[in-house]
Amino acid sequence: MSKETFKWEIRLSGSGGQGLITAGIILARAAVLDKLLVTQTQSYGPESRGGYSRADVIISNKEFYYPEAVNFDVLLSLTQDACEAYAKNLKDSGILIADTTNVKNIVPMNAKIYELPLTEIAMEKLGTILPTNILSLAFLVKITGVVSESSLKKAVSDSLKPQFKNLNLKAIKIGFELANRYKK
Amino acid sequence: MQSNKSKLKTVLMQGNEAIARGALAAGLDFFAGYPITPSTEIAEICSVELPKFGGKFLQMEDEIASISAIIGASLAGAKTMTATSGPGYSLMTEGIGFAKMTETPCVVVNVMRGGPSTGLPTKPSQADIMQAKWGNHGDAPAIVLYPNSVSESYELSIRAMNLAEKYRTCVVLLSDEVLGHMREPIELPNLANVKIVKRITPTKPPEWYQHYPDNPKYPMPKASFGEGYRFHVTGLSHDSKGFPTNRADETAVLMSRLRNKILHHIDDIVQLESFQMEDAKVAIFAAGITSRAAKEAVMIARKNGVKVGMLRPLTIWPFPDAAVRKLLEDQETIIIPELNEGQLSREIKRVMGCSWNSESKTCKYIVQLNKTNGQLITPEEIFNLIKEVI
Amino acid sequence: MQKIPQRQIHKYLRHDKKFPHVWCPGCSNGIVLGATIRAIAELGFERDNVAMVSGIGCSSRMPVYADFNTLHSLHGRAIAYATGIKMYKPEMEVVVITGDGDGTAIGGNHFIHAARRNIDLTVILINNYIYGMTGGQYSPTTPHGDNSTTTQYGNIDPTFDICKLAIGAGATFVARTSAYHVDESKSFIMQALKHKGFSLVEIISACPVIYGKLNKKGDAPAMMKSMKENIIPVKQYEKLSQEDRINKQTRGILFHDTEKKEYTAAYQELIDSLKKPEEESNE
Repeated sequence: MSKETFKWEIRLSGSGGQGLITAGIILARAAVLDKLLVTQTQSYGPESRGGYSRADVIISNKEFYYPEAVNFDVLLSLTQDACEAYAKNLKDSGILIADTTNVKNIVPMNAKIYELPLTEIAMEKLGTILPTNILSLAFLVKITGVVSESSLKKAVSDSLKPQFKNLNLKAIKIGFELANRYKK
Repeated sequence: MQSNKSKLKTVLMQGNEAIARGALAAGLDFFAGYPITPSTEIAEICSVELPKFGGKFLQMEDEIASISAIIGASLAGAKTMTATSGPGYSLMTEGIGFAKMTETPCVVVNVMRGGPSTGLPTKPSQADIMQAKWGNHGDAPAIVLYPNSVSESYELSIRAMNLAEKYRTCVVLLSDEVLGHMREPIELPNLANVKIVKRITPTKPPEWYQHYPDNPKYPMPKASFGEGYRFHVTGLSHDSKGFPTNRADETAVLMSRLRNKILHHIDDIVQLESFQMEDAKVAIFAAGITSRAAKEAVMIARKNGVKVGMLRPLTIWPFPDAAVRKLLEDQETIIIPELNEGQLSREIKRVMGCSWNSESKTCKYIVQLNKTNGQLITPEEIFNLIKEVI
Repeated sequence: MQKIPQRQIHKYLRHDKKFPHVWCPGCSNGIVLGATIRAIAELGFERDNVAMVSGIGCSSRMPVYADFNTLHSLHGRAIAYATGIKMYKPEMEVVVITGDGDGTAIGGNHFIHAARRNIDLTVILINNYIYGMTGGQYSPTTPHGDNSTTTQYGNIDPTFDICKLAIGAGATFVARTSAYHVDESKSFIMQALKHKGFSLVEIISACPVIYGKLNKKGDAPAMMKSMKENIIPVKQYEKLSQEDRINKQTRGILFHDTEKKEYTAAYQELIDSLKKPEEESNE
């Protein structure tokens, strides 16, 4: 057992209704399928200021205790507000994935930044913005390798109602393709 | 180590769901409740699961009706639970006192949120720790459990149901908004291996039956309504058959039974987790969700060469005085982080023999870390305090 | 109707340690206890199968004297406790004994919601127009202008018509009579017990020691006489002019609906509907 230990602190952020908590649950399910340790938490209701919502997923192969993400390895931001609120807690070695459909200004930082119009891409390729959450999650998974691609697909299949399954599996495919193009 | 047979599969589960599923595993067959954030998922799951096997779910008109209905059902033979949060728990306290007085088993879950009053419905708190013991009027014993993970929510839910049944009382299971809503992997046990305290039906002829025997052994046979025993139940002070009494001698017997059935079984009821305490010079005493930050802080401190340990009560009440005193008496410093204005710390000060005046010398080594703004205490905040006090 | 011998009725009372009872001389509660027991005896219910549940107040002291499964619960909560018992054991006959304060002030919310659900409880509400146990404070049924220890300048509160409240909330058997009308009390209780659904029998009663004394209503026989004269059948009441209706109260079966689904039956149907697919999948 010489496997290196790792711990990913991931925050998925945006506004209510963008499906970020669902994305967080799916990511956590994928981690369980990969037999990793995981906690998933979220903010319920409006934050003290502004209307942003968040889902935190911590994934590790070694026991950890505190369930909320503090310093993020990965921050996904689907709105400007969320990006502004949380970018300061991104590690220098971290990754920011910003949906430029809504995020227009990003403060200078050391973290790696992926800027792409996730919502627009979903609308363009799938005819609806609904699967933006899963498309973004697939992008995140492919970029980071935090969980296996097959587990992500299985977690999506297990979690969503049959009528949304195909649409979201397509969204995963698009997310993976985008990641291949953008990967640095 | 658990054998392979005892655990079936690992699934991702929410804390509130784990409480509902744990109770169901322990034989829950009656739930009455009233919607309140952040506990509502427990009622929702029970409303789906109970009728599947002939159990009963009721959404009542308020929390007072909910606690009343579960006590009524318990008297009729049901294994019962209700779930709520601070405001609803306040409404239930009279009924909780009635369940304790009439020695009727039931479990009340309080998923704590910020208070006082309506407070912070979607944010965690640990401010109902004292209320869980002192909430109802009149002296009454309390059994209160508080898990710190999804798995433990499941396990302590089973335990709460079992302790309620065994000691014939209302057991309070605390959780908090973060614990209730977070998801973690949980290994579901094989239900055949889950230890359940079942209700024992009396075999005595009805004319000899005493619902409140003078020399109880726990668990004991206990009749339910409709089984031919026709006993009386009242919240008034009562004799061994349950009939009202004003007599000092009979009231004294009742009150000492209520007290002693908890005090004489502390070893059976109390659970404590001791984490890295063997060589610790600084101890963190933390419960529930805050203990997760405390454990992380222990790890950070040890990486930085500071010998820190953590002591965690899974049973909050009865407070584990003797065990805590033994484990904490050699500590140079005790840090007590909690999401309230200082409730567990009062108990630690009492147990460790400090005066109420925190400026007095004896209390110098007990350091509180209190947060009531709806945010969790972080490992860094605890570690920073450790650096300050050593 | 078949007459039940006195000694057979005695078997429904608890003889060990329970008597004399707590009620004042002239109180109607004993009459209602007698009517309730006779109704249960004539219906031939097994004592083991009857639960009698009460809240707090003078009338709520009744269960301790009756040899059933008895629960003297919290103030106002009898119907909520009874709901738990009935839901868990629908085969039991669940009788609630309550009063005007217990049932419609502190317990008003449970009263209307149990009626709305139409759960099969038989609620016997003894209305004496006053809080007797605490010494004579006004209740939701204390008549306008009357005296109580908390309305010493006369009661300014409008009153509840408890039967109308029950009908409006969805109860399916609603009747009113008085403690003077003993046989009618028994008869209404019997019909309420037989009815599958939420039933209310309001029995207007005499509290000569507190309410009577505070309002100069005379002694117990005088209050009985007043109930005899002023609580009249609905048909008789309807013939009266508006003026003559003052101080008169109706008695009779005011509402009876056998169509509305009873709650525990509805829940059992839900349980049964969930069983079917599972059995099929086992094949």
